[in-house]
This record gives sequence, structure tokens and C-alpha cells, in this order.
Amino acid sequence: MVAAKFKPGERVKVMKSYPLGHVRTPYYIRGCTGTVERICGAFPNPEELAQMRDGLPALPLYRVRFRQKEVWPDYQGNGEDVVEVEIFQHWLEPV
Amino acid sequence: MKEQGNYRPLSYFQLMEVSLRELLVEKCILTDEQVNAAVEDMRARTPERGAKVVARAWVDDGFKKRLLENGTKACEELGLDVPALKLLAVENTADVHNAIVCTLCSCYPRMLLGIPPEWYKSRNYRSRMVREPRAVLAEFGLRIPEQMQIRVHDSTADMRYIVLPRRPAGTDGWSEERLAALVNRDCMIGVAVPKGPSD
Repeated sequence: MVAAKFKPGERVKVMKSYPLGHVRTPYYIRGCTGTVERICGAFPNPEELAQMRDGLPALPLYRVRFRQKEVWPDYQGNGEDVVEVEIFQHWLEPV
Repeated sequence: MKEQGNYRPLSYFQLMEVSLRELLVEKCILTDEQVNAAVEDMRARTPERGAKVVARAWVDDGFKKRLLENGTKACEELGLDVPALKLLAVENTADVHNAIVCTLCSCYPRMLLGIPPEWYKSRNYRSRMVREPRAVLAEFGLRIPEQMQIRVHDSTADMRYIVLPRRPAGTDGWSEERLAALVNRDCMIGVAVPKGPSD
């Protein structure tokens, strides 16, 4: 299991990367900055599982909270509205 | 084939399903009985399971606390097996409304809500729920006051979510069974809220 690099409450940025293959990081959140809401545990890397490999060592999975107004600059609604997304550690960079 | 009474030709995916299933059976990897049992198992899971969890959380603060801390374990207390995946319950409050989507595919808490509705898997819901949740909820007839925060949960990986709605007013002293009857599937996805006797 890979050790967790980030703590709840820490600011993180999702990598703006566009690799080929099966990826569980949605396009719309790439390049966005948010706050770690919690660490969900460690899970096999889905990008490896999709290639029929074991996905080990398991990677920390985070729930990251993003302000909607930062994800969508023209967002209509309360400035406190958020979207929370599960993101694997190798997609996150410190801010 | 069940539910094929209209003699329409099979769609691409239906044909693929039949071919794959027959191949697996022919090659003795699965039996027809196993396939049928799995389908029956899936059909047996209905939103009543989730409603039971919600009703228990409404009447038992200790259970609610455990549910919010570790959804999978709390469900086990009720004899509900939530295999392999981790369940996260997200609580609606006077200030926060939660809703669930899977923008990448159609991840859904099947162990508590059964088979997802068609709209949950539609491109429309999946793409718009993260982009303009207030407009989408309004289309479901749910108007969230401007001052309330909306939290949209995109189940992109290994977690599954269930919304713990607020208990409706006027239900003091109700039994768990009676409370559970107020909680439908949409309330636990977060596109509706339970209605009480005074709503």
C-alpha cells in the first residue's frame, strides 16, 4: 500500500493530464484545485486493473471538495455549492 | 427471452449479452442456474433496503452516528450486506442538500437501492447534475432555497453514496416501518425529499 501524502483539509490540485486508456478522473475536474475532504482508504489502481493487471500496490483514494464557482466560472447558484469527487493520489499535486 | 414479446430484433447490446452468456454456459464457466440466481438476487434488492437504513438513523442517534462514520459496518448491523464496496452516507441538514451522480458511468448503491432508474444512467443527468444541479433538481420538482448549500457527490471510484434525508416534521413517535414508507429511491439519490403528513 502506498502511503497517503495528503491530509484532510489540505489544498490539492488535480493534474491536467490526458493519458490514454481507462481513467477514473473526470475531464471536467482536471486542473482544478480543491480541499481534501477525507481519505477513503487505499484501492487497486483502476488504470492498471483495466489492463488486466493487479493494480497493486493499492493507492490512497481521496474525496476532494471543489467549489462549483471555481470548477465552472459561470456557475449559477450559491457560491458555497460544491462538487465532491473521488480522486486517486497519483492524480493530485500539492498546492 | 423475457420481455421480448414485441418481436423487435435484438439490439447490438442485447445480442452481445445473449452471445456472451451462451458462450460462458457452453464452455462450462457458468451455468444457467447461476445466471438466473444472480438476476433474481439483483431483482430482490429494492429501495426498501435503503429506506430501512434511513428510518433506523432517524429513530436511533447512535446508529446514525455509526452510519455516518462507517456506512458499510452500520448496514451490517441491519443484516444488509454491502460487499466489497464502501458505503458513505451523506446527511441533509437545514443548510445542506446532497445529491448523487456518477459522471463517468452509472455507479449506484445497488445493494441498498437495487437497479438504477434509466434517467440516472442518461447522459443528460450525468453531465448536467455536476454543472447545474439547481436546474436539474428543479426539473425533478425540487427547489432548493438559494441560501442552502448543494453538495453533489460524483461517485467516480470505489465509494458508493446514499443520501440521509431530513426527517419530515409531524412524524414524532412514528414507528420505523411507518417512517421507512416515507423514504423512496429518489430521496436517497437526493433528487427528492421525503414528504411528511403536513407537506
